[in-house]
Amino acid sequence: MRFSLKSPAAVLILCLLGGCSGAQSALDPGGPQAQHLARLFWIFTGVCTVVWVAVMLVLLASLVRRTPARPDPLRLDARSERRSLAVVGGAVFATLLTIIALTALSYLSQRQLFARERPAVTIKVTGQQWWWDVRYESDAPDRTVTTANEIYIPVGRPVTVKLAATDLIHSFWVPSLFGKQDLIPGQDNEIQFTASRPGVYRGQCAEFCGWQHAHMGLVVVALPANEFQNWLTAQAAPAAEPEDAERKRGAEIFAAKACIMCHTVRGTSAGSRVGPDLTHFGSRKTIASATLPMSRGNIAAWIVDPQGIKPGVNMPNVSIASNELDPLVSYLAGLR
Amino acid sequence: MTAVESTAQEDLRDTHLDDAELHARLTRTWRTGASLLARLSSVDHKVIGRRYIITALLFLCLGGLSAMVMRIQLAQPEAKLLGPDVYNQLFTMHGTTMMFLFAVPVMEAFGVYLVPLMVGTRNIAFPRLNAFSYWIYLFGGIFLWVSFVLKIGPDAGWFAYVPLSGPEYSPGKRVDVWAQMITFTEVSALAVSVEIIVTVFKQRAPGMTLDRIPLFVWSMLVTSFLILFAMPAVMVASTMLILDRLVGTHFFNVAEGGDSLLWQHLFWFFGHPEVYIIFIPATGMVSSIIAAFARRPVFGHLPLILALIAVGFLSFGLWVHHMFVTGLPQLGASFFTASSMLIAVPNGIQIFCWLATVWDGRPIYKTPLLFVLGFIAIFVIGGLSGVMVASVPIDAQVHDTYFVVAHFHYVLIGGAVFPLLGAVYFWFPKITGRMMNEKLGRWNFWLAFIGFNIAFFPMHILGLQGMPRRVYTYLPEMGWGPLNLLSTAGAIVLFASFVVLLVNVLLSAARGAPAGDNPWDAGTLEWATTSPPAPYNFPRIPFVTHREPLWDNRESLPVVTGLSVDAREVLAGTVTESFPQLRESSPQPSIWPLLAAISVAAAFLVSIFTPWAVVWGSIPVAITLTGWFWPKGTPEDEE
Amino acid sequence: MTRAVVMVIALAALAAGCEREDRPLRSEAALNENREAIALASNAPGPGGPIEYKSGTRAQYEKIAFHVSQGKKLFTWYNCSGCHANGGGGSGPALMDDVWIYGSAIENIAASIREGRPNGMPTFRGKIPEDQIWQIAAYVRALGGFVASDVASSRHDQLYAHEGESRLPSPPDTAGGQPGLAQPK
Repeated sequence: MRFSLKSPAAVLILCLLGGCSGAQSALDPGGPQAQHLARLFWIFTGVCTVVWVAVMLVLLASLVRRTPARPDPLRLDARSERRSLAVVGGAVFATLLTIIALTALSYLSQRQLFARERPAVTIKVTGQQWWWDVRYESDAPDRTVTTANEIYIPVGRPVTVKLAATDLIHSFWVPSLFGKQDLIPGQDNEIQFTASRPGVYRGQCAEFCGWQHAHMGLVVVALPANEFQNWLTAQAAPAAEPEDAERKRGAEIFAAKACIMCHTVRGTSAGSRVGPDLTHFGSRKTIASATLPMSRGNIAAWIVDPQGIKPGVNMPNVSIASNELDPLVSYLAGLR
Repeated sequence: MTAVESTAQEDLRDTHLDDAELHARLTRTWRTGASLLARLSSVDHKVIGRRYIITALLFLCLGGLSAMVMRIQLAQPEAKLLGPDVYNQLFTMHGTTMMFLFAVPVMEAFGVYLVPLMVGTRNIAFPRLNAFSYWIYLFGGIFLWVSFVLKIGPDAGWFAYVPLSGPEYSPGKRVDVWAQMITFTEVSALAVSVEIIVTVFKQRAPGMTLDRIPLFVWSMLVTSFLILFAMPAVMVASTMLILDRLVGTHFFNVAEGGDSLLWQHLFWFFGHPEVYIIFIPATGMVSSIIAAFARRPVFGHLPLILALIAVGFLSFGLWVHHMFVTGLPQLGASFFTASSMLIAVPNGIQIFCWLATVWDGRPIYKTPLLFVLGFIAIFVIGGLSGVMVASVPIDAQVHDTYFVVAHFHYVLIGGAVFPLLGAVYFWFPKITGRMMNEKLGRWNFWLAFIGFNIAFFPMHILGLQGMPRRVYTYLPEMGWGPLNLLSTAGAIVLFASFVVLLVNVLLSAARGAPAGDNPWDAGTLEWATTSPPAPYNFPRIPFVTHREPLWDNRESLPVVTGLSVDAREVLAGTVTESFPQLRESSPQPSIWPLLAAISVAAAFLVSIFTPWAVVWGSIPVAITLTGWFWPKGTPEDEE
Repeated sequence: MTRAVVMVIALAALAAGCEREDRPLRSEAALNENREAIALASNAPGPGGPIEYKSGTRAQYEKIAFHVSQGKKLFTWYNCSGCHANGGGGSGPALMDDVWIYGSAIENIAASIREGRPNGMPTFRGKIPEDQIWQIAAYVRALGGFVASDVASSRHDQLYAHEGESRLPSPPDTAGGQPGLAQPK
């Protein structure tokens, strides 16, 4: 179908359609739950639009129709009052039926969407101000994987995400995959969803949690099952020893500066759990809770001035000499 | 304290006096003096109501300005106009001001002004409490905004979820200011609700049986009961928060057995009825305007009253729909889906009855009616998007996104502000004696209608595209820039409409055409007084024979006589039939409410710094209350 | 004339705002630590306090609620509680008592953190950024009861370990010099 852009209706429709796609859009579903939610949304929208248009038509008709002058406002025609009563009564009844139908539809959808099956992988996400600690649980302790701000899941299999918070209330929301659920300190919440096609889906914290709530994003990557397994196995391994001199120097700088006070790089002496785990930092697609795309320049910018990019974030500005920055960036970018 | 001047025998009644002498004596008895002390001591509900309305509209301006700054910041991705700290303060101030300092007070204000006039009495019940409630509200609002200017303005959102608003994550005194401001405004609202309930139940004109009470008065009555039952929940919550922050209690400390969800339950148990406290009076305004401009009584008077009461009751059963994503049991949550959708039925009854009135009537397209028509268009969208967010699965996607921001602005601006603007145009002639400019009124309406829709409709789409609430900026690659820019453009147009309103109000107050007593030929009792009403409201108390008294008695209004002209008296009657029962003394002007408000405000203010303020502050409060209640020696009437 | 005076005062108040509520989010990078030179308390007997040289510019850290609260978070994050527990001490000395081996002024505490001290206090120079050292020092001052009650917070959002810092008793006044300079037991 081709619309001429000179038509206002076409512009409106294009605006509305523009709302459909996007990596973080509820109307661009990437899995069966999200699809179900989108369908439910469109059904509700359709019903509500019909109702609103009907009300507007009645209103317009009542304004347009010719009624005789009313010198005495209290003179009412009994027959027309009865007719109005019947119509209003009918409208109220129709409203009640519609409400009951929508409630039933909502409840049935709710039961279906929140049903649980056996998950292929269980991930524990702990929300902190303003990043996501991600932990892949496993019965074998050496196969637990800790990463941050990025979740990989297998395509086509149900994934359970357990939600916890250590400081205050956050909300885990990846609109293309499922609705949101809060991470509440002291409470164990859980959601389950499936991605039906490979891709990168973005999510964001959806409960106001302080200064950098606006930049507390995360990325969900759905891979075919065997690629996912490869990723998981690679992530479980500790960081490889740096081979070249520049990265060795970078590792020394990392250990000598403030970095080890907050970050973990498994396989080195850095073991603090205050900030995100950086063991395979270089393999991630984004930096700083999905705020910056991964690149050497962005790593450098983030290290040099995190407060300029995300004022108030917990990563402080540390003093790095100009000849220390390049090796450090090389070291981090190479942590794949 | 002066004894009432009495003639040699008994007090003089209004029965046999001619109009001129009646007017002169009543004016002397009921007027508010011109000196500063007299004006500060006034207990006239009209004087206080006018102050309330002007103060609330001032707070509307302040809240609107903060919204404009936010919209400019959000017009572009990664804009550097505001940092996160200032933005957080701004959205908190916007929400807090609009909800606590504008929306509820302005509805109460219209109630305070109009309810005594509409029920045919001389003054509201408990007039000194009325004065006190205004001063407490004013001090609370000043407290909040002065704190904002001094950097102690709250920054945790207008509903301040713990643990974010707790002692660890909100250091300093900012959230304490917020929590204490709530106490100010809640005391004020509770006071007004008590006055309105008593006025409506006991001070109606004879003959005004329950079914003859105007719909606006019914709406204020239902609202007052909502306030009575909802406000205590938020006072408890804010007190618990202050205690946690000031003295180290653990109400909301999970590690010591508290619960962050407790805050949400307590707050939203208040918060949901709060929006009906704002909306229900607006429905009363709509009924009044539609009756006058459709030239017929509103269709379905009894169903409308029952719908109002149903909405009032139901509104207490919805609050968990704000907590659908907190991990509550699914069955329990779905109960609240059902109740949240069910409230669409009584709201629908109201809309259908109004439509039937317009259908059968002969509309006169003046500005008040235009705002009511705009209300129907916008509020129905808001109500329908409310039906959508009432569904748990849909809410799981749109909760805490701009979709919800769009929804509540549609129901609040469409459902409360548009009727309010219509009410301003409708009752301005009565309050000031001058008509507002009709041409500017049309500009006002169309700018508001168009600006509002351009500003807020795109937010539905933004929410579905993934934009959460309360973000001070967003990444350019999200693609939210164009719709945000459009929304800001609409906000500018909406802002312009309020500038037009301000210009219209100021110009008309100075140079508007003189309005008569009843420029719209409406039917309710307030239009039987002069414009503006005399200090005593009615020369003699009217006798009511119909729910539209002025339409039923077009030539002259029947009255009852027997009230004193030299002492302040109102007529009290039975609750249902309004048979006259006794002549009740109405208090003289008094400075004690202001002094009591000052001492209470001081105690509240200092108590956010130290708990000892409650102890030491209670002494001036006790002194002022003693002065207030000291018996005045006014002789009570015998019969 | 009085109106002008009132206006000026009001404007000054507005301009100053309320220092307690400052939120200096952007930390000062690479604060020059040599700006604060102090002299340690001397162990020589007799009256007379230590000779101190300080600019006093860092004293504001304990007047700003944001810094004290950040210091509290950092105290947990950097595992100060590992030796000092929640202020009651363990293998390290208590921070909530009146005994300050190396001085209780904020500059002294910051120096202790930065330099390290004999018998186990590690040095954090280069590991903890300078402004965070001052934030932690401000929090330690709060633990000692030196910080005003409207700046310190009333309780931790964790298990109740001690009264909130705003409710701790003020330290006793000592004539001339810093309180409680004594050898640990």
